[in-house]
Amino acid sequence: MSSQPKRRRLEVEDIGDVTVVNFTDKKILDEQNIQVIGEQLFSLVDELGRRKILLNFRNVEYLSSAALGKFITLNKKVGGSGGKLVLCNIDPQIFEVFQITKLDKLFKIEKDEQSGLQSF
Amino acid sequence: MRQWRQDGPFEMTIDSDLEAVLLVQDAIALQLKSCHFEDREIFGIRLALEEALVNAIKHGNREDRGKKVRIELCVRHDRVEIGVADEGPGFEPEKVADPLAEENLERPSGRGLLLIRHYMSEVTYHPPGNRLTMSMVRVHGNGNGK
Repeated sequence: MSSQPKRRRLEVEDIGDVTVVNFTDKKILDEQNIQVIGEQLFSLVDELGRRKILLNFRNVEYLSSAALGKFITLNKKVGGSGGKLVLCNIDPQIFEVFQITKLDKLFKIEKDEQSGLQSF
Repeated sequence: MRQWRQDGPFEMTIDSDLEAVLLVQDAIALQLKSCHFEDREIFGIRLALEEALVNAIKHGNREDRGKKVRIELCVRHDRVEIGVADEGPGFEPEKVADPLAEENLERPSGRGLLLIRHYMSEVTYHPPGNRLTMSMVRVHGNGNGK
């Protein structure tokens, strides 16, 4: 199969000094997409110097362990630059994945975007 | 991607192509939906299947397009059974580092097997470790598939 073009997988909006990221995909499952999502997330920190990032999962219905790996790496990058990463609007089924893997202890997770913004 | 063979349990063989994984998941999810599996059950099966197929393609066949992954599916009213076999040398699942150990929590990989075991009722790796069979036994009435 031919490789897909790298279309934008994220919608990025600045609210105050917080960068709010929405995912355009409902399924963050397949490796090809996850690779692109990772690159686009990391560029927010590495190239654009964003320090306060809020990941909004309102569109996301599925994600895999490979996606979790990208969020962990992003968390390290943001933390390493003195910033903060917060996750919000996580569907209960997906939140269970965070609980199974104990990543609910690693990440700062808020109920919705409003509380996420207030947590910085 | 090859089509399902439908004489008996469903069976499919795919190339070691990560792009094929989503198509397999979609096909199986459709099959489960038509057999009235609930969304929560399909969520868990789909995730387990994703992890198993990615492991088979990446770690088993090392993305060698010349090697295949065989998927078997048997759906009954009270359970679903799935087999995933690759052409790699196999591995010893007990030697996989515990992703829940404090020192491994920040590792970006190594959680696939944990998720498969959580969502499926029975998980078996057959020696030499390149064939996985997993099943979900349905618990009727409460939508909890495990």
